Amino acid sequence: MFDTRDDAAFVRFDRVQKSYDGSTLVVKDLNLDIARGEFLTMLGPSGSGKTTCLMMLAGFETATSGDILLGDRPINNIPPHKRGIGMVFQNYALFPHMTVGENLSFPLEVRGMGKSDREAKVKRALDMVQMGSFAGRRPAQLSGGQQQRIALARALVFEPEVVLMDEPLGALDKNLRERMQYEIKHIHESLGVTVVYVTHDQTEALTMSDKVAVFDDGKIQQLAAPDTLYERPENAFVAAFIGENNTLRGRVTAIEGDICTVRIGGDMQVRALRVNVDGEGAETTLSLRPERVQIDAGEDRFDNIFTGKVQELIYLGDHIRVRVSVAGNDEFIVKVPNATGERKIKVGEELRLGWTAADCRALDPS
Amino acid sequence: MAQADAGPALTGASGSGRSRSGLVTADGTPLRRALERAERRRKLAAFLLVAPLLAFLLVVFIFPIGQMMWRSVDNPQVVDAVPRTLEALRGWDGNELPEERVFAALHADFMADAELPRREQKIGPMGIRLNYELSAARGAISRTGRNVESFEPPYKEAFLDQHRLWGDVELWRIIQREGRPLTLSYYVAALDRQYDADGSVVLRDENRRIYVSLFMRTLALSVAITFLCFLLGFPIAYWMSILPMRYANLLMICVLLPFWTSLLVRTTAWIVLLQQQGVINTMLVTLGIIGDDNRLSMIYNMTGTIVAMTHILLPFMVLPLYSVMRTIPPSYMRAAKSLGATPATAFRRVYFPQTLPGIGAGAVLVFIISIGYYITPALVGGQTGRMISNEIARHMQQSLNWGLAAALGTMLLVGVLILYWAYNRLVGADTLKFG
Amino acid sequence: MKQQMLKTLGTSGAVSLLALGAAQANDPVSLTIVSWGGAYTQSQVRAYHEPFMEANPHVTIINDDGSANALAGLRAQSQAGNVTWDLVDMLPSDAQLACDEGIILQIDHDEMLAAAPDGTPASEDFLPGSLGECFIPQIVYSTVLSYRPDAFPADNQPSSIADLFDVENFPGRRALQDRPGTNLEWALYADGVAPEDIYDVLATPEGVDRAFAKLDTIKDHIIFWTEGAQAPQLLADGEVAFATGYNGRMFDAIEVEGMEADIIWDGQVVEWDGWVVPADGPNIDLVMEYLYFATDTQRLADQAKFISYGPARASSAELVDVHADLGIDMNPHMPTAPENYFSPIILDNDFWTDYGDELRERFANWMLQ
Repeated sequence: MFDTRDDAAFVRFDRVQKSYDGSTLVVKDLNLDIARGEFLTMLGPSGSGKTTCLMMLAGFETATSGDILLGDRPINNIPPHKRGIGMVFQNYALFPHMTVGENLSFPLEVRGMGKSDREAKVKRALDMVQMGSFAGRRPAQLSGGQQQRIALARALVFEPEVVLMDEPLGALDKNLRERMQYEIKHIHESLGVTVVYVTHDQTEALTMSDKVAVFDDGKIQQLAAPDTLYERPENAFVAAFIGENNTLRGRVTAIEGDICTVRIGGDMQVRALRVNVDGEGAETTLSLRPERVQIDAGEDRFDNIFTGKVQELIYLGDHIRVRVSVAGNDEFIVKVPNATGERKIKVGEELRLGWTAADCRALDPS
Repeated sequence: MAQADAGPALTGASGSGRSRSGLVTADGTPLRRALERAERRRKLAAFLLVAPLLAFLLVVFIFPIGQMMWRSVDNPQVVDAVPRTLEALRGWDGNELPEERVFAALHADFMADAELPRREQKIGPMGIRLNYELSAARGAISRTGRNVESFEPPYKEAFLDQHRLWGDVELWRIIQREGRPLTLSYYVAALDRQYDADGSVVLRDENRRIYVSLFMRTLALSVAITFLCFLLGFPIAYWMSILPMRYANLLMICVLLPFWTSLLVRTTAWIVLLQQQGVINTMLVTLGIIGDDNRLSMIYNMTGTIVAMTHILLPFMVLPLYSVMRTIPPSYMRAAKSLGATPATAFRRVYFPQTLPGIGAGAVLVFIISIGYYITPALVGGQTGRMISNEIARHMQQSLNWGLAAALGTMLLVGVLILYWAYNRLVGADTLKFG
Repeated sequence: MKQQMLKTLGTSGAVSLLALGAAQANDPVSLTIVSWGGAYTQSQVRAYHEPFMEANPHVTIINDDGSANALAGLRAQSQAGNVTWDLVDMLPSDAQLACDEGIILQIDHDEMLAAAPDGTPASEDFLPGSLGECFIPQIVYSTVLSYRPDAFPADNQPSSIADLFDVENFPGRRALQDRPGTNLEWALYADGVAPEDIYDVLATPEGVDRAFAKLDTIKDHIIFWTEGAQAPQLLADGEVAFATGYNGRMFDAIEVEGMEADIIWDGQVVEWDGWVVPADGPNIDLVMEYLYFATDTQRLADQAKFISYGPARASSAELVDVHADLGIDMNPHMPTAPENYFSPIILDNDFWTDYGDELRERFANWMLQ
């Protein structure tokens, strides 16, 4: 099923721009390569341009400029029905006047496939999503989760090389959503199909994807594997959008190789990893994950040690969120694991907090 | 009482002494009875709420329809006017002219009728009634009525002298046949049929048959109008359904405009547009598309009726279509295309079937309304564009033959019900979406 | 008794005085008078209603334009036992039907109506054949043929009913009324039947066939009209070359609206139009007073000041004057004017009440073919 050019781009956006009204660009300058068999998620807040990108790939929107390539072929001028791209819609878009079987049979029929072949494929696709006995039902007789499975089966039944999913789990409740995430992931792995997935739910993106493209303001802010994205965000937006994050604003006072010194507030100097700063004197945003802050820190192990006063404790079962006031910043969060032997923290207590320079990333001022 | 009103209040769930009757309310009534009483009261309240509407429907709808159906068979005129004659005619074989005693009885009936106050006289209405069956019968009877006092026996001769029709066996057959309180002769006439000498129903003379072909034409015209409304209304409704609400409302106003213009204004507009010296013809001639002596006839014929009625009834097609289309998300078409269907296939297989409830509702509305139209066809329909309702209206208003009008109306009503039943069997009335 | 007194008092002036005297004792009352609407009702308002109301200040007259469906209305009101119409203007054929049904009052014309100024009793003063059992005629009107002069060359203008049926010499479309009346008479007349023989011929099946055969020769050139206003409109728009229509409407269109058309008086179909009194009407005594006033010689002559219909009384003819607004002499526009009345066909209402049903069916069938 895979060809040898596994690493070569299978779907490529090349300097793609999109404007609806001719003056504002909703997609500004999109360059994106998706490898064959990859599960790529477009993640971003609403209005960030991710759905527009998906629709351009599907052919329902045309790019204002730039090329979209599938394989090596530009597809800008190919109408949607000739692109051979499967799609799962947000509201499933199951045809209400057809049975489940007819819905699945539809893409095969329009391709002129014979009846027996159709039946075999429909059955296989239904079995794949464990809905084998539902062929005779109407969509309205199915639950949301069941409809979701049928929509998935329908998008896959004609064996497209690329499947697009537009927030397919948005309408499901939390438990079902999580189960479907694993199922989709599983189907992706077993079929080896290329998936482009759009969501605004970061957990979903991190759980399922090989790669995540974080969209904001019509641009990809960062394209990376989920762990990289979380641990090494490249700008302030990504850092803030993915996971919980302490944001400290300041000015760079010194740079020594990878490490820079940043002055926060009055006299607080923080040593941070230089990721995205222009130079000495530049404004920067520091990003520090709450779980990377150690309480009762020993001098030797941390590049940064500060004291802060506990403002609030929030009990969350597996960990406790501690809101601390550090150097005039009341919103500083520390996550303390609820592990054996951890001591009890009290409100009003003074804490010694420490973190390494490597965990504290100096990013662009936002 | 108050407790029962507010819903049964429980006291003891299992009082040991009265466990047999189960749950009991605070005032000691068994819970089941209290619930039943509350339920009854709710039903009564619901009934009282719809009672005015029910009464209204009964008075303005069901009662008149029942009255119409009754009129189509009601036949009191002859029975009331000449009871003695009918008695004397009993056993008459209908071949030879009746004998003297029948004429004597007729004379007696005439004389008795003349005694009555004018308002209660029955001979006049009988003349009108018999004239429906036989031309000139009214004249024979009214002339006889004016002179009957001077008749001397033998009455047979006196009557025959007065008017030739009294010597016509046909008239006597009709008196005998219509001398019953109920009749089917209005329906016989409404089906372009008549009784022959043996009393069996046969087709009328070819040049007096009108109603069956008018029914057929009405059906054909209504189907054509319905189809045209669909052809014109579907794209408009579709367009409105994809436009932003603001523009859709504007377009809707345009579609509804014919509702808000008076019949006269509309008719004048059609005449100005469609007549041979009208705007469209003049434009076509100016553009050289047609010659000056080949101007199109678009009004005072079937075309006029179809154009005018399609115009008026279009909203009845557009409104249900629009309301159905509005609820079809664009993602269905996209889904179909993404699955490989060409836009045409996607439309045919996915979009169109989902609009069927709207099409059905629109078609049923337009068809049923157009089947009953008569003012517009009368004004712009000329000779080929008129419908059965024009005849019904004529019999209601001009010829005053209400029995025939009622028979035609009842047939129209039954026809519509049959069509609706057929629609229900084929498509299912529950799929209709009127708005 | 009151009628008797009115009769002896004679002149309308005395009636007005008497009514005025009665008014002081009377409560306000309104009379609902049903007529044809438009210019016709206006002529009645100005010739009858206004002078009557002036003389009887307690009376208000309400006009109802229901005459086109008056027969159905009369029957419906009578059957419902709720008669709201006081007086109805209708055609004598309809009046005869209503009379046979007993839903309108029988009229004793000499008893109830004013005599002519010279003392001729009403039954002799009204034009011969116009009085009905329950019917009081007001006007003589006729259905005439009109044409557009510009549709034909100046040296070949149509002048007779025969020309209506001659599509070769007089091409163009013809607007005829969508009912057998007038059309069948004209077909026979154009086919050579003398006016006085038309109904005898039409009473035979062969005669009917002959009439329809004649109509067949122009069938492809006919536009049928339904409402009286349509005929002059079709003519004015140039849609047709010929149109049949009521002479009053045609007069209005030509003289008042300035339409280019001429009337052919040949074969004019003459009919009456007049009053009937619904039985059980709410104000029968007052209606009788009104009728006595409104059908006297002067009042009938006055109506001709406003519309070109002829008065139904012989004694009114010499009083016909100029048009109240246009100032033109109305006499040449009367259907009964000698120069117009050279070949009239007098509509036979008895014939139409007897044969109407059958002929209407036949006519409808003919239109459908």
